[in-house]
Amino acid sequence: MTQIERHSFDVVVMGAGGAGLRAAIEARMMGKSVAIVTKSLLGKAHTVMAEGGAAAAMGNVNSKDNWQVHFVDTMRGGKFLNNYRMAELHAKESPDRVWELETYGALFDRTKDGKISQRNFGGHEYPRLAHVGDRTGLELIRTMQQKIISLQQDDEREFGDGEKFIKVFAECSVQEIFTKDGAVTGCMGYFRETGDFIAFDTAAIVLATGGIGKAYRVTSNSWEYTGDGHALAMRAGGSLVNMEFLQFHPTGMVWPPSVKGILVTESVRGDGGVLKNSEGKRFMFDYVPDVFRKQYAETEEEADRWYTDADNNRRPPELLPRDEVARAINSEVKAGRGTPNGGVYLDIASRLPAEQILKRLPSMYHQFKELADVDITKEAMEVGPTCHYVMGGVETIPDTCASPYVKGLFAAGEVGGGMHGSNRLGGNSLSDLLVFGRRAGLGAAEYLDSRGGAAVAIDEADLQAAVDAALAPLNATDGENPYTIHHDLQTVMGDLVGIIRNADEVKDAIVKLDALKARAKNVSVAGDRVFNPGWHLALDLTNLLLISESVAKAALIREESRGGHTRDDFPTMDPKWRQVNLICKSDGTAVEVTQQPVPTIPTELLSLFDRAELKKYMTEEELTALPEEKN
Amino acid sequence: MGYKAKFRVYRGDGEQGGLENYEVDVNEGEVVLDIIHRLQATQTPDLAVRWNCKAGKCGSCSAEVNGKPRLLCMTRMSTFDENETITVTPMRAFPVIRDLVTNVSFNYTKARQIPAFAPPTDIKAGDYRMQQIDVERSQEFRKCIECFLCQDTCHVVRDHEENKESFAGPRFFIRAAELDMHPLDARTDRKSFAKAEQGLGMCNITKCCTDVCPEHIKITDNAIIPMKERVVDTKYDPVVFIGKILRRKPRETGKI
Ligand SMILES: Cc1cc2nc3c(=O)[nH]c(=O)nc-3n(C[C@H](O)[C@H](O)[C@H](O)COP(=O)(O)OP(=O)(O)OC[C@H]3O[C@@H](n4cnc5c(N)ncnc54)[C@H](O)[C@@H]3O)c2cc1C
Ligand code: SF4
Ligand code: SF4
Ligand code: FES
Repeated sequence: MTQIERHSFDVVVMGAGGAGLRAAIEARMMGKSVAIVTKSLLGKAHTVMAEGGAAAAMGNVNSKDNWQVHFVDTMRGGKFLNNYRMAELHAKESPDRVWELETYGALFDRTKDGKISQRNFGGHEYPRLAHVGDRTGLELIRTMQQKIISLQQDDEREFGDGEKFIKVFAECSVQEIFTKDGAVTGCMGYFRETGDFIAFDTAAIVLATGGIGKAYRVTSNSWEYTGDGHALAMRAGGSLVNMEFLQFHPTGMVWPPSVKGILVTESVRGDGGVLKNSEGKRFMFDYVPDVFRKQYAETEEEADRWYTDADNNRRPPELLPRDEVARAINSEVKAGRGTPNGGVYLDIASRLPAEQILKRLPSMYHQFKELADVDITKEAMEVGPTCHYVMGGVETIPDTCASPYVKGLFAAGEVGGGMHGSNRLGGNSLSDLLVFGRRAGLGAAEYLDSRGGAAVAIDEADLQAAVDAALAPLNATDGENPYTIHHDLQTVMGDLVGIIRNADEVKDAIVKLDALKARAKNVSVAGDRVFNPGWHLALDLTNLLLISESVAKAALIREESRGGHTRDDFPTMDPKWRQVNLICKSDGTAVEVTQQPVPTIPTELLSLFDRAELKKYMTEEELTALPEEKN
Repeated sequence: MGYKAKFRVYRGDGEQGGLENYEVDVNEGEVVLDIIHRLQATQTPDLAVRWNCKAGKCGSCSAEVNGKPRLLCMTRMSTFDENETITVTPMRAFPVIRDLVTNVSFNYTKARQIPAFAPPTDIKAGDYRMQQIDVERSQEFRKCIECFLCQDTCHVVRDHEENKESFAGPRFFIRAAELDMHPLDARTDRKSFAKAEQGLGMCNITKCCTDVCPEHIKITDNAIIPMKERVVDTKYDPVVFIGKILRRKPRETGKI
């Protein structure tokens, strides 16, 4: 039998992004021992790349802001498909979670009176994003890394062992989660460095693995985003919700080809940047949908006045939620009004003085200068949609982040589902990580307390089977190159289950994904187990394929267009579909999708909206059932 | 406008290995990391390299290009002559694991040795008040993406394994400076700690670290030199002076 390093922890947190680190901090503060396992080095998770900010209704810049407005914006952005309880917790708790970071040493940009500064972002009624220039994610992740060090230093002082309660396993990839009688018993993985296997006996696992963007070629996501947590949750008996909803960020770089997809932060638009087509027209005014008509400016003059007088003017349409802006750009390019490289222009140069641009958007300046040789203080950028974020994720109970199906399984951050409904607002992810990362850590600790201290152990035969499966691509000969299959998978998803979808194409995709699954069983890789990226990709492919199948199957069933799911054969939003969540489950070979009612929003939260607005989203019956309007 | 470039890449582990030659396609606008990825996808699938963001934000892809410490994702192919042979090697100051991947655990160990931020005991979460001008100095250092290129280039450890024990390196001098300049950090011994425990005295201000920093952090001028000062009188530092009027942090009286 292959040698396997064996550990036992109260909680294993899979992922060292914002959600994972926050969960680990909380579980440790509850007295639990925690292993943090991450595919990259510590501090390199996706969270580090987040630019714009973390949304929290602190009301530092506009005192009218409060949790109710944040809740309303979030539900509106998600087109009312959000799990209302998650959106409520998130809106209520974000400010405390951001303030808490200051006690860990974070240094946000400040307002004149010394509070945390907040910036405008798409879909947020008031300036709400706590930020540090355009490197907020870096501040977040580094702050939490440093908080973990601080906890370890306390443990060192108290127990003489800094790793007694929190130990980080870096460049270690979890491959399998084990359960017995519907409860978690542990997980196994391998060190990327050495290829050696490792197993954790544990009763509680927090999934914080992020997203699935690597199913697409044009994406802002890194190699890590292969949907591992999503796939492992399903294989362990858990479920995914809302997988048909993917966020295509409207502004990715389109040139040069090698960086196509890399993100251009929404802060460019929040700070005054405008979108223009090849005719020089600010086209977003033509794309304001009816549901948003009341909140958005109709003329350039009004839009421009808003930056200085937000109380008396409506917002510029460039700040519509991302799905709207992405579709608009897509239409302009299709209509032949795109740039030479197939995007549109994003112009900040003519809107702000150069020194302001350098101050507010330093890393964007840097990125364009170094990668595209474009000086954004002088020229417009070329941008187009890029696959950015998956709204869908592991179905959980909002207050505890626990899976309703697998005892001891928790999920937080991008891998979680429900919070953002059909479309996430910018800035709502970083705050989501903090709010639900903490809740997942708490949830895991409470679960452990409730089950008592009974030991858990992975079944040895299961463990051996998982090791054998992991070694298969190395033992096989004459199989296919995993890079080829990955390339073909990205082509299928990009061409057939992309930003605009229809039944025929998605059906075609499902057939093609099946064929890819068969081919993936037959991969072989050269080399040995030591830091072998070909082998790593071969293993990740299994997860990517299962997740792509979930996206495609759910996308075929939902016959409407809403948020991050656009069907050109069903171009409008259908109130009947607002009542339905699509749930994916799988035995590891195929995905099955079922329908489940969306939880009913309680009256006190519904009363935050006016009836006229609810009419746009709800069925006749739902409206009749509503109590009379109070005002 | 594609062409075939000549590459020499280190292949091997810490014990044995050497430079191998490759010819590989290059397209317009590409960076060195793209070429390494093309090698992986077409010629040598087990070539090991770290990367994440491809945009200079995560600090994963550090290596040496023609002997210079660089981020592979931010090194454009257009900066080289088409006939030039481009040599890519792992960072020299750290043990090689495989190909371009090195063991950088030295840095994580050093990070754990610096006393963490000490929150003020008399201010509740939510009540922190700081002026922008006061936080800016520390913010410069918090831009650090932990690429460890400055650590790699610093001659104190680059070819002197024996110094690693007592020398934290420029990345952690800026961490110390960041905390020293943090308007609300309750500790007052950051400077003496840097001198006594981090080996600040071994730095002889060559500025090589500043030169390679992809975040353009002025490591030497803005962190190391101020940290080396013996006694800091707030009067000599107008920026700090203005800020610290609001909340005066007791200054360390440097004795070392
Ligand atoms: C370029 C960019 C800019 C963004 N800007 C913003 C913004 O301004 N505001 C905002 O709110 N959101 C933003 N987002 C979105 C936000 O950054 C992400 O949604 C969020 O950081 C995800 O955090 P997370 O903790 O869920 O996961 P991540 O930070 O992605 O971390 C995932 C972790 O899981 C680990 N992992 C994955 N699989 C495994 C496995 N099998 N075994 C072990 N470990 C594993 C990874 O190694 C990693 O440590 C941005 C995203 C991108 C890409
Ligand atoms: S200035 Fe000091 S820390 Fe920087 S490279 Fe020179 S000796 Fe090293
Ligand atoms: S200070 Fe600069 S060179 Fe050093 S690790 Fe940080 S970003 Fe890299
Ligand atoms: S890949 Fe992130 S800095 Fe190069």
